[in-house]
Amino acid sequence: MQYYLILAAILFTIGLFGVITRRNTIGILMSLELMFNAVNINFVTFNKFLAADGLTGQMFAIFIIVIAAAEATVGLAIVLLIYRNWRGIKADHYSVMKW
Amino acid sequence: MMNEPASVGIAFWILSAAVLISGFMVVTLKNIFHCAIFLIFCLAAVAGIYILLHAEFLAAAQVLIYVGAVAILMVFAIMLTSNLASSKIVQANQNSLVAFFACLVFLIGVYGLILGNKVWRWTAEALPADNIMTIGKLLMTRFVLPFEVVSVLLLAAMIGAIVLARGERA
Repeated sequence: MQYYLILAAILFTIGLFGVITRRNTIGILMSLELMFNAVNINFVTFNKFLAADGLTGQMFAIFIIVIAAAEATVGLAIVLLIYRNWRGIKADHYSVMKW
Repeated sequence: MMNEPASVGIAFWILSAAVLISGFMVVTLKNIFHCAIFLIFCLAAVAGIYILLHAEFLAAAQVLIYVGAVAILMVFAIMLTSNLASSKIVQANQNSLVAFFACLVFLIGVYGLILGNKVWRWTAEALPADNIMTIGKLLMTRFVLPFEVVSVLLLAAMIGAIVLARGERA
């Protein structure tokens, strides 16, 4: 149904806006989670209304959830490390890759 | 909403309003801690959307993994970087306006693609009734290789996070 797809599109756009405009790195990660969820809604919607065979779309959504969890874990560990070294986690402050 | 009871439609509108409003709050609020709380609301409402789409196992996994683990992880990270959580710090950077228009153009484009589509044939084909059993069978047969790979990935992410967060003392 188009309603679900439009909901997912709006949610994805909200997440995109957050990724572009957030200055706090944790805020960027939270917006990324919104985008992941929009993609998952799309997968489940296509699985229900365009079902090719069985539950392939839902399996994809499950794998995306797992990978999002891994991404959040590593991302937040990196954020904590940056915070320890720089005393701040604004995304436009640490533009150096080498010091 | 064709051939579905009206209650499903009402639930869909309420849940999608919850998803969109709390999602908007996540990206616009000044206090990052409030953003995390609204993120939890948003993810829970997405779980409700999954139930409407007859993906019960996915809804349960969403509540367990996202609401239970990822959002709590976010809250921990916000608390550990505590002096940044106050509302006095500006959270948005300078390109808000440009980003707003870029996102608007993107949204209109996707909207046009969805509504102007003629290729997809919408079927109301029923999904397997025993959702969880089918998912378990698929995980052990057709998707067994991705299943194992993703478990190795999770292990690697866990070890990597521990190594990173230990830092210098390692």
